[in-house]
Amino acid sequence: MLFGYAWDLSSPLAFAISIMPILLTGMWVTIQAAVLGFFVALVLGLVFAILKSAPSRWISWPATLITEFIRDTPLLVQLFFLYYVLPEYGIVLPAFMTGALALGIQYSAYTSEVYRAGLEAVPKDQHEAARALNLTAARTFTHIVVPQAVPRIVPAMGNYLVSIMKDVPVLSVVTVLEMLNVAKIVGDRTFSYLIPLSLVGGLYLIMTLVASSGVRLLDAWLPKQGIPLK
Amino acid sequence: MHWTDYIAPLMEGAWVTVQLTLYSTVLGTVLAFAAGIGKLSPNWIIKGVSVAYIEVFRGTSLLVQLFWLYFALPLAGAAIGIDLRLPPVIAGVLALGLNIGAYGAEVVRGAIQAVHNDQHEAARALNFSARQTLFNITIPQAIPEMMPSFGNLAVQNLKDTALVSLISLGDLTFRAEQIRNFTQDSTTIYSMLLFTYFGMALVVTAAMRLLERYVTRWRTVGG
Repeated sequence: MLFGYAWDLSSPLAFAISIMPILLTGMWVTIQAAVLGFFVALVLGLVFAILKSAPSRWISWPATLITEFIRDTPLLVQLFFLYYVLPEYGIVLPAFMTGALALGIQYSAYTSEVYRAGLEAVPKDQHEAARALNLTAARTFTHIVVPQAVPRIVPAMGNYLVSIMKDVPVLSVVTVLEMLNVAKIVGDRTFSYLIPLSLVGGLYLIMTLVASSGVRLLDAWLPKQGIPLK
Repeated sequence: MHWTDYIAPLMEGAWVTVQLTLYSTVLGTVLAFAAGIGKLSPNWIIKGVSVAYIEVFRGTSLLVQLFWLYFALPLAGAAIGIDLRLPPVIAGVLALGLNIGAYGAEVVRGAIQAVHNDQHEAARALNFSARQTLFNITIPQAIPEMMPSFGNLAVQNLKDTALVSLISLGDLTFRAEQIRNFTQDSTTIYSMLLFTYFGMALVVTAAMRLLERYVTRWRTVGG
């Protein structure tokens, strides 16, 4: 019994059907953690991207070093670090929040590169034309650069959302009850790992296929030349 | 305990991590080439197997794959009467290799498709067989294209080895966990752990750069 759902061990099929609600409860946690982690990655990545492109190297170099460090160290270790070290400094977060934060930090290193590449891909002529038209820097950014950078940035970000989803099971080590963790618990209690773990694999496949086709649709829908202005 | 006392056990774990990274990267490279070339095969059975392999291992989580191989596979084996109990090392190397191989396969496929069609036409004009064209014309030109992505995947693989600590394999992360349980000195241990992985990643990156220079050497000769 888990989350109020009992399992039925009478036959493999009955077992599979009876644990589906348990796994789907876990899947909902997986999706929540992925979305929250993705949101952190989007915000923090933007901060890093801005810092990395700062005119002063006293800002840009440390920012580059930090993102390299984040990118080159395992999510699991970063998660352990946050989970065990933060409380020593008085910051006590629930396991779920710590997990989402770790996902967000790990992926901010990747998303900051996406922002940078997207912004740099806007041709230089566009900046020159904007200056020739006497647009202010702020207006150039919001009306010229961003509308053209968004179609390049969004699909890449979508792919990272899919990656984050696949990294959520790491959060099971800090007791987050995501899909793999609940399947493992069911396995531990019934001594039958094959069906729960195989179902998790199948559900993951469905989840990532749906998410990546969503990203593809979004990519096809976004105007390639930039979002037209009104 | 002073922090210098942690170095010896951590280095023991680091050696396990290095071996795991090495073996799984080699396995992953073999699988990447097999599945990447297989996906472009005109034979639909080979193509189907390659596509299924790539989709399954890219579409699911590495930790799910690792747990499946370690916890579920022995039960699947028992059901059909074969002993499929894997020692943690084998399960770890298999899961890591299969996972990174699926990502690498897409890199291999992309690089092979990026080789100019003229090259294929020229090979046909020179009466090369399909196999000769693939191994003597296409792949040597495709490999340099793969190198930057392979470098990223190698670092990814190094980071992913940390997950094998969850099936009680005594790697770097596992050792650090043991020390932490013993001393409760989280900040020191995890900082050392992070910097050790960072250092190892820098070594992997440097090694991949050297390899890249080696496989692209014919480009600079001007031949």
